[in-house]
Amino acid sequence: MAVDLAHYLLLSAVLFGIGVMGVLTRKNLIIILMCVELMLNAVNLSFIALARHAADQEAQVVVFFVLCVAAAEVAVGLAILISVWRKRGTMNIDALSALRG
Amino acid sequence: MDSGDFMGVLPELIVVVTALLAILADVASKGRNPSAAQGVTVLGLAVAAAVALISPSEQTMLMAGQLFNDGFSAWFRALFAVAGLATAIFSPLYLTHRKIRLGEYYSLLAMCVFGMMVMSAAANLLLFFVGLETMSIALYVLVSFRRDDAASVEGGLKYLVLGAFSSAFLLYGMALIYGGIGSLDYVAIGEALRQSDGIGPMTVTGIGLLLVGFAFKVSAVPFHFWSPDVYEGAPTTITAFMSTGAKAAAFVGLIRVFGVALILTSEHWTTALSVMAALTMTVGNFVALRQTSVKRMLAYSSIAHAGYLLVGIVAGTPQAFAAAGFYLIGYALMNLGAFGVLMLINQRGKGDYSFESLRGMGTVYPVLGLMMSVFMFSLIGIPPTAGFFGKLYVFSAAIEQGHLWLVIIGLLNSAVAAYYYLKVVSTMFMAKPEGDVAISQPFAYKAVLAISSLLIIVIGLFPDQLVTAMLRAVP
Repeated sequence: MAVDLAHYLLLSAVLFGIGVMGVLTRKNLIIILMCVELMLNAVNLSFIALARHAADQEAQVVVFFVLCVAAAEVAVGLAILISVWRKRGTMNIDALSALRG
Repeated sequence: MDSGDFMGVLPELIVVVTALLAILADVASKGRNPSAAQGVTVLGLAVAAAVALISPSEQTMLMAGQLFNDGFSAWFRALFAVAGLATAIFSPLYLTHRKIRLGEYYSLLAMCVFGMMVMSAAANLLLFFVGLETMSIALYVLVSFRRDDAASVEGGLKYLVLGAFSSAFLLYGMALIYGGIGSLDYVAIGEALRQSDGIGPMTVTGIGLLLVGFAFKVSAVPFHFWSPDVYEGAPTTITAFMSTGAKAAAFVGLIRVFGVALILTSEHWTTALSVMAALTMTVGNFVALRQTSVKRMLAYSSIAHAGYLLVGIVAGTPQAFAAAGFYLIGYALMNLGAFGVLMLINQRGKGDYSFESLRGMGTVYPVLGLMMSVFMFSLIGIPPTAGFFGKLYVFSAAIEQGHLWLVIIGLLNSAVAAYYYLKVVSTMFMAKPEGDVAISQPFAYKAVLAISSLLIIVIGLFPDQLVTAMLRAVP
């Protein structure tokens, strides 16, 4: 069976869905950040598959930008996570309850 | 890149150079004196705003069609620079009382302004995304800038997780639109839609995901839950900046993407957007009613204002977009001013932004009280203020397009909102002041407040000039 565009898009949709479920249900902040990365990379897969299908470079370039953005986001995210750890001593999202109302 | 391109992106270049110089100024003062970085930022952003306004406003494209150089981007680039400028002037008072002496704060602020400028001028979904992330990543740091404060760090983390989460939706929408239409370029997307006679399921899904992503960014109900926490946790200077600049940048993107590029697909999203607008106005206002902290009340009120602005996007005509542009400019002035007065009164670090903290301050400082009243009347929408005409133009554009029920909901909401805004004014004037009421009032700080309250009145007295300028500027 040949692997064609539809398979790539389906895989990408499934990975994106797993990422969304992870962000919504997991409690550990590190896992949540990993799930956000999974979502971004699922989109990258879509972009590459679509660009390959259309024989167009434009969308392949997008992937480079997304990778850079994701790296910057993780760098800032981990720094903030360390501040949370120092302040609270936990990585559990339920502990973040100073702001309510 | 020819000289025309260079002149077109001059405001952006000035802001980037400002951000770098602010870091250098901080290094030169060995990190002990952030006022050098502040001075550089204030000066750079003032120049950038002036250059943005005098740059030619006939519609052209820059950088091989990557950026719009039209009146809309000129006005909003100036607005972002001014919002950054006002924030930079408000900041030292707030930061020194909380023992934050870090010059990179100002550099990050300028980077945010740069990201907003790119968002408002982008003619390509990828470039919009890059601008958005430049702004957002700098804002994540700024929101959690008070590392010793649990609320600030928590606000920053929530903003980061939900910001990245919503960016992924936005990006997935872009991928599917690219798959369905074959381009990321706004003009090419509009052209392709004009020539096709209907769109496939992939494009429809893409538009839906893009709408969810944008709804997160403009904090529209039901995707608003992050914003009160982030606005409350962030340093108040940054809350003022986010609720005006970041919100306006997201709205300009929304106008360019949904109002221009995807307008021919409006049958697929107008209903969803109008339900969102009605919910956003109502939830924002009713939750704002029962807040005890003025800072959090202003956060919810900014959700409600996003609802009024969404009514303009739903209407979908150039008149409506001009009205939304007018509204955004007026809203930036009044919200920055309101936060400015609030910070001035709560400057001593022990201030908790409760309504009690404002008790009687209007009688002790009548000028301050008067300016706060102007900001509050404008937020309610009482003539002759900018806020009144912003609402008037947005709602009349919506009535022309037959969205009468949305306008009725909007008007009822404005009446509800009057209660909590007037509560601020009455607390300032009717109650007796308590305890130590001495506050310092730096000259530049008061000048920014005075200029914004005067501008609100001037725009309210002569709204025609601004609205014709906006009508000429709409994309």
